[in-house]
This record gives sequence, structure tokens and C-alpha cells, in this order.
Amino acid sequence: MRTHARPWWQRVLLTREMLTVLILVVAWIVASAVVRGFDGPLTITYLVLDVAPVLLIALPMTLIIATGEIDLSVASVVGLSSVTFGLLYQAGLGLGVALLVSVLLGAVCGAVNGALVAYGGLPSLAVTIGSLALYRGLAVGLLGTTAVTGFPDSWTDGATDNLGESPYPAITLGLLGMIAVFAVLLHATPFGRNVLDIGRSSEAARFSGVDVKRTLLILFVLSGAVSALAGVYYTLRYGSARGDNATGMELQVVAAVLLGGVSIFGGRGAVHGVVAGVLLIGVLGSALRLEGVTVNVINIVIGTALVVSVVAPRIAGGMRVRRRRAAGRRTQGDGR
Amino acid sequence: MKFTTVLAAGTAAVLALGLTACGSGEEGGGGGTDDVSITMLPKNLGNPYFEASTTGAEEAADELGVAVDEVGPDAASPDAQVPFINTAAQQGVGALVVSANDPTAIGDALEEARSAGIKVVTFDSDTEPQFRDLFVNQASPEGIADKQLELVADQIGGKGEIAILSASANATNQNAWIALMEEKLASDYPDIELVETVYGDDDDQTSFDKTAALLQSHPDLKGIVSPTTVGIAAAARYVSTSDAKGKVAVTGLGTPNQMREYVEDGTVESFALWNPNDLGYLATHAAAAFAAGDITGEEGETFEAGRLGEFTVGADGEVLLGEPYVFDKTNIADFDF
Amino acid sequence: MTNVLRRREAGIALALLIVIGVTTAVQPGFLLSTGGWRDLLLTPAILVVLAVGQAVVVITRNVDLSVGSVLGLTAYLTGRLFLEAPDLPIVVVTLAAVVTGTLLGLVNGAIVAFARVPALVITLGTLYVYRGVTLTWAGSDRIDAGDMPRTFLGLGTRQVLGIPVLTIVAAVVLAAVGYYMYTSRGGRQLYAIGSDPDAAALQGLPVRRRLLGAFALGGALAGLAGVMFAARYGTVSSGAGTGMELQVVGAVVVGGVAIFGGSGTVAGAALGAMLLLTINRALPVVGIPDFWQRAVVGALIIGAIALDRVLANRRARRLAAERDTGPTDGADGRPGDGADGRPGDSEDVTA
Repeated sequence: MRTHARPWWQRVLLTREMLTVLILVVAWIVASAVVRGFDGPLTITYLVLDVAPVLLIALPMTLIIATGEIDLSVASVVGLSSVTFGLLYQAGLGLGVALLVSVLLGAVCGAVNGALVAYGGLPSLAVTIGSLALYRGLAVGLLGTTAVTGFPDSWTDGATDNLGESPYPAITLGLLGMIAVFAVLLHATPFGRNVLDIGRSSEAARFSGVDVKRTLLILFVLSGAVSALAGVYYTLRYGSARGDNATGMELQVVAAVLLGGVSIFGGRGAVHGVVAGVLLIGVLGSALRLEGVTVNVINIVIGTALVVSVVAPRIAGGMRVRRRRAAGRRTQGDGR
Repeated sequence: MKFTTVLAAGTAAVLALGLTACGSGEEGGGGGTDDVSITMLPKNLGNPYFEASTTGAEEAADELGVAVDEVGPDAASPDAQVPFINTAAQQGVGALVVSANDPTAIGDALEEARSAGIKVVTFDSDTEPQFRDLFVNQASPEGIADKQLELVADQIGGKGEIAILSASANATNQNAWIALMEEKLASDYPDIELVETVYGDDDDQTSFDKTAALLQSHPDLKGIVSPTTVGIAAAARYVSTSDAKGKVAVTGLGTPNQMREYVEDGTVESFALWNPNDLGYLATHAAAAFAAGDITGEEGETFEAGRLGEFTVGADGEVLLGEPYVFDKTNIADFDF
Repeated sequence: MTNVLRRREAGIALALLIVIGVTTAVQPGFLLSTGGWRDLLLTPAILVVLAVGQAVVVITRNVDLSVGSVLGLTAYLTGRLFLEAPDLPIVVVTLAAVVTGTLLGLVNGAIVAFARVPALVITLGTLYVYRGVTLTWAGSDRIDAGDMPRTFLGLGTRQVLGIPVLTIVAAVVLAAVGYYMYTSRGGRQLYAIGSDPDAAALQGLPVRRRLLGAFALGGALAGLAGVMFAARYGTVSSGAGTGMELQVVGAVVVGGVAIFGGSGTVAGAALGAMLLLTINRALPVVGIPDFWQRAVVGALIIGAIALDRVLANRRARRLAAERDTGPTDGADGRPGDGADGRPGDSEDVTA
């Protein structure tokens, strides 16, 4: 009897994550060949600048979805942190302090979510829909009609300038760092294993000694803090702190994570898939925009891709089960 | 007729020559034999006011022999405009003509575009001057603010409570007008009180609901001023089917086609606007002139704008179309935009 | 158990009355003028219809995030039909919209029922797809009020005996669906499926058929809401209904329909919708600026969920005590186990 049903190269390459990576590569090649204006340095620059907030938030979101929960309040935290960042700046605080306070506030928002979900036992979908409204409401309420602008050039340039002559923005380094941190966290630490265990069965995880509640709390705090960081970046990139910044971004993040092969049921997921998912949506959007295709078609594409990416594995799984069952029946005879 | 045609053709030829020369010198973008193209980026799509301005732009583009393309977001928010600015920069268009949702938020993106060689012309709603090359303004802000106050004061008999239903909270143009209106109210109209300013976000349903809320929360309201065509149309529609019809004046800036029904049924007595067609037309000519190097945005320079004649660049790179025009029952049938 | 539920819906009704009362005290025109009375009844009508449909879906332990896009699509469809064929009777157009909504809902239902994928993800995807279809179809065109027949628009504002027509429609929908959920076997089965889908399947309930039905109903009502939207607002742009899905889910949750399925009533959802929108209208009157409304709604939603939780825990503990066989695992926190609080509850669902 074989020890594995499939050879190693199949196990590594025929994963959903690699499928997304493959589609990303194909999309990039096709776009470079076909879409006018795509194979220029500006494309990479804009791509990175555009997907940066989504990528950042998708990282902790991956872990949260891997535990079987969800956090829909992330975009509202982006808005709220943008507002606090702007208001603190307006009040005369240095931007470094403003950044720290905003990220801390984001962590608090995440902690509230986490407390309600982990310790209150409330369903994360409903709680984060409520906090989505609450945090966005606070953001819009605090700033009202105006936007805070006039951030110093040194900071806004830091957010948008490129690395020397290369087409890569300076923030690419920060993004790579974050990706590395979360990849290690999920794939190479006990914490990451706990996350996946909770996703497969929170009961079993609890019985095997995992502090489920604390893990969830930490994840939500991470999500809030990272969303706040993304909010500060967003503010600096656009040079304007507004209460309704990033409205609707939560759906983009979830779509990217799911496209990246993370299972909505929890228990499986990989960071490289998510990065590929974020980039894929970014590339598709960029290419379609250059072709003059309107946003709506991009929406249809994302929506369909989302549905397919979740349904296909189920169907494939179903077919595999049926095939195995049929094979089993053939080899076992019909004694059962 | 013939002379202007020749003039237009000549201008077009010169411009086309100039623009292709400019175009081949640009870096970035797909590189290639792009025809000169102009990208119109209004505050949002699906807005009849901007549809009219794009029609004017297309007319001008035809005359000049350039291509014009309209892009824009669904919702009138500034961060939604940035991707389109980026795309225009990537495509290496000749000029970008934009109505800004915010005075500074799109500044960085515009600067990036300009460093890629794109000429940036704002129209209708400006950004701060350092981010753009030219601003084509429909009328002086003072003129617009004064005219609306005149109309509403006239319609409510000089005293009472009024409210403003604006577009989006950060829109440069509406905010400039509102600020001027508040000043003028304080100095010239002591008997009129502005009780509230609400924002309809240039979204029809939101404006409709906000009008309802205004009437509910301020039962003594005498007039609603809406300095945005989407807002005034929604407000008029609400008022015309409510008890407030005839008791609450509705005025502001509106397009004749949208407002005709309400003027005819008595909901709205009069309102003002300019011709957005002409605005788009002028903006395109200005952008083309700038891109060709005919003007550089200095005060005092002049350029030709086809059928509208000659225009002079004012302070801060601003070009004025004209003065607001009042529409009412007597003349509303004469227009189609 | 019925007492618990009755308490919840009554609580919301009470909250609604308090809000109206306080606001009217500040500003009598809010309720006591003809315009105020009409608006109070008319504004929530569309959301009520949506909330009733969503409640049915949520009761089965699913959610339908695509309702806003369905509304947008059917509202635009209504406008286009009238534009192209102005002589079509209103009934035919309404039917077309409802059928379209039903089909769109069935797509969701089929994928959820057959592929057994979480409704959250599927309806997230269809939210994008349906909205994209609407945008592509409509482009940047809008349907203007002038494009639709007067009689149709009149429905948006006409009143019968002082009650707006659209409100009557909402009330009829509420009554019909509520009756079905409360008295029919199908309704009870929906509750059972939401309480414990695996048990329901094992007991031989037609789970797939019920799920398809629930989503179809949700879609049909969203289609109806689209027609009402077109009648009320007169202008339909391609963005109509954007963002409404969260309002609807909020209304349903506030109304006592637990997000984990198996409990709550459509009446509660309707009351939740009315409460949310009335608060929206009341805040500016009481002097709280516009901008804080969303925060209030968010706090309410969280409060409602927490309240649900507390009530469910109390219920589970009471059940455990009543059974008197020591603490059961009712304390794993799923209030769905036999606690839907209705006469003839899930214990005898095989009936």
C-alpha cells in the first residue's frame, strides 16, 4: 500500500493556492501582451500602491477565516483610524504619535470584536456587521463634513514614492515584511497550528489544550491593528483623512482571501495563496481598467470567480468521494 | 460660417500636429502611435449634468480631431477617482479633464500623472492650483452664490428659514459656494436664517430621503436651496408630491430637462445654471490648447475655443465660461439639456 | 417559550413607540402632521418587505447578501419595461420583477443547497455579479420619473384611508409570510432546519426543497421591493439599492431573528426594520446630527445580538433545569436546540 495517494509534486503543486498563483501568472502574461499600456513601469507602481491596504488586511483575515470566523468590520476600522490620524494631526500631534495612537485604537476596536466573539460567544458574522456600522458611524460622526488634508510631503511621499529608480514603491519592503511575519505565524508556529486546529474543530482544539478564546481574541486584535495601519497608509497615499475612506473594502478583502484558497469553513489556508489572490484581483482590475472596461464587468468577474472558487472544490471533493466510493465497491465486493 | 470652419480646421490641424509631436516625446505608457486623446473624468457617472458636459467635450473633440473618452466612478468620492487618474497616466493620454470630488485628495495622483507628461485641466470643481495646469470655471463663485440667494430670497419674500441640500461633503465647488452664501446671508439678508445644510452625495435616493428628513425636522422651513443638479431634481420631486408643494420654495442649480416638469406644475418657480455642454466644450478646447503649447496657464494669455470665441486666462490659471442663467416658466421650453 | 419570544417582539415594538413618542414630544410634526404620519408609515415599507424575506433565509441559518443588488436589478427592470412598453399593465410589470427576483434567489438557493457552500460566500459573490449585470445593462443611463406612468408613480405616494399603498403592500406581505411560517408544516420545517441542519436531514426533512424555497421567497420579495422602490423614488440609477443588504441584515438581527438560525419571527424582523428607519428619521429631529446615525444603528445591532445571547443562555439553562437530568450540553451555546419557543417545537418535527 502506498503511503500517499499522490506523488509529492502533485501535493505541492496541485493545491488551490498554486492554482491561484498559476492564474495570476497567466493573467499577467496575457495582460502584458494584449493590453495597451500594461507593460510599463507605472503598472507595477500603481498595482502595489492600490493593493497595499487590501493585502495588509487580508493577512490577519486569512487567520480569522481559517478559524471559521470572519471580520467584516475591517474597512470601518480603516476609516476610523484614518479619521483619528487626521484629527490628531490637526490637533498638533506629531505624525509618529498619531500613527501609534491610531493603530492602538484599531487594536481596541479589534479587541471589542474579539471579546464579543470569543468570550461572549456571539457569532462573528453578526457582531462584525454591527461593529462595521458602529465604527464607520463613529468615523463619519467624528469628522463630519470635512476632510483633513495638508499632510506634510515627507510623509505622503514616503507612502507613494518609489525605491530609487525601480518601479517598486518603497512600501513594497514593508509589505514583504508583513507577509513574511504572517506566513511564519500561520505555517511555522504553534500559534498557527492552533489557528488551523480551531478551524477544523473548536471543540477538539479546546480539548487538546488550545486556549481558543485567547487565540480568537488575539486574532481580532491583530485584525484591528493591521486595519488601522492600512488606514494610516490609505490616508497618506491619498493625502486626505475622510470618514468614508475605504467603504466596501471588506468585501474585496474577503473575496481575495477566498480566491486565495482559504476555506470558508476554516481549517485550511496558506499565505502565498492569499497574496496571489490579492494580486490577481489587482491585476484583473488594472488590465480591465486599461482596456476601458468598466468597473461593473470587473465586479461580475470577481463575483463569479468568488463563487467558482468556493463551489469548484466542493464539486471536486464530491466527485473524488464518489470515485473512491465506486472504487471501494469494486474492490470490496458487495459484502457491506 | 465658412470663416469659422476654416479657422476651426486650421486650429485643429495645428493642434493635431502639435499634440502628436508632444505625444511622441512622452515617456511611460504603452508607447505607440496613439492618436491624441483626452480623458474626461467627472465627479461620477450617471449624472445628467456631466453627460451634458461630455457631449460638449465630444463636440469639441470632433472639431479638433482628437479622441475623447469618458471614465468615472459610480459614487462621487475622491478616492474613487484616483484609479482612473492612474489609468490615464498609464495609457499616456494627451490631457485629463477632471471635476474633482475633493480639493487635495487626488493631488498626489494628479502630480504623478503630470510627471508622466499628462496635462491636467480641472473643470466644474477645482483642486488646489498646484495640482493642475488649468481650471475651467463655469462662473465666478460669487456670481453663483449671489444668484442662488437672490432667487430664494425672492421666492420666500425676503425672510424665513432656509436649508441647503448640497452634493458630497467635500466637493470643492459646492463648499466654495456655500461658504460665500453663508457670508452673504450674514451681511445682506439678516431676516433669512440658514437652519441646516445636508449632503445628498449627488445620489438621487439619498437626496430624496434627505429632503424628506429636512421637511420633517424643520416644519417652518420656507425654502430649500440645492446647488447641485441631482439634489434639486430629487428635492423637487419629493416636494411636488407632498404637502410642502407651493409652501416651500425649491431653487438652486438645475438642468432644464430634469426641472421642466416641476416648473410646469408649480413646484419650482425658477432656478439657475449655465450650459454644461458649453462647459465641457470649453474645457476640451482649453485642454487641447494647453497640450499644444498655445497657452501655458499664465494670466492674460488668450486662446480660441471654437464656436464660443476667444477666452482669456485669469489669475491662478482660471478660465471663466460666463455668468449663471436663470430658467423659469417663460423660457424653460427653449432648452434641451 | 412563547412568552420569551413575545417579550422580544414586544420589546422592539415598545422601543419603537418610545422613539416615536420622544421625537414627537420634541417636534409634534414628526407624528402629528399629515406629512409626518405618512412618512413614518411609508419610509420603512421597502425595508420591511426586504426584512421579511431575509428573515426567512436567516431562520434557516443562512444569509442572503445579494438582496440589495437584486433590488437594484428589478427596480431597473421595472423602469425599462415601462420605458419600452408604456402600456403594459402594472400587474404584469410587477410580476416580471417578482419572477426575476425569484430566479435570482433560486440561483443562490441552488448553490447553497446542492453544493452545500456557506450562503455568506455565495451571496457575496452574487452581490457582485448581479450588481455588475445591472451596471452593464444600465450603463450610466438612469430611468427618470418622467419615463414611468403616472399611475405607477402614484402608487408610491397614494393613500387608502390614510395609509400609504406601499405600507399596505408591506403589511400584506408580512401577514402572508408570517402566517405561513407560523402555521404551516413548511414553516416549522424551516425553523427546524435552522436549529440543526444535520438533525433535520437525518429526520428526513426535505432540506433542499425548503432551502430553495426560502431563497426563492427572499428573492421574490426583493423583486417586489424593487418595484416598490421604482414607484417610491421614481428615479432608478444603476446604483439603486447599493449597501442595502447590511441595513436589511441589521434590521433582521435587531428584530430578534438570531443569526445562527432557528428562532425569531418575521414580525420581529419587520419591527426591526421600522425601528431602524424611524431612528434614522428621528435623530436629526432630536438634534443629533445626521452623521451619528450609523453609529447608533451599529450599537443597536451589537446590543441586539448580545441580548439574544443572554436570552438564549437563560432559555437553555431553564430547559436544562426543567429536564432535571443534570446539566446537558444545551450549554454549548446553540440556542437552537429545541428552543425555538413555538408550540410543538422541534422535538416532534417528524410530524
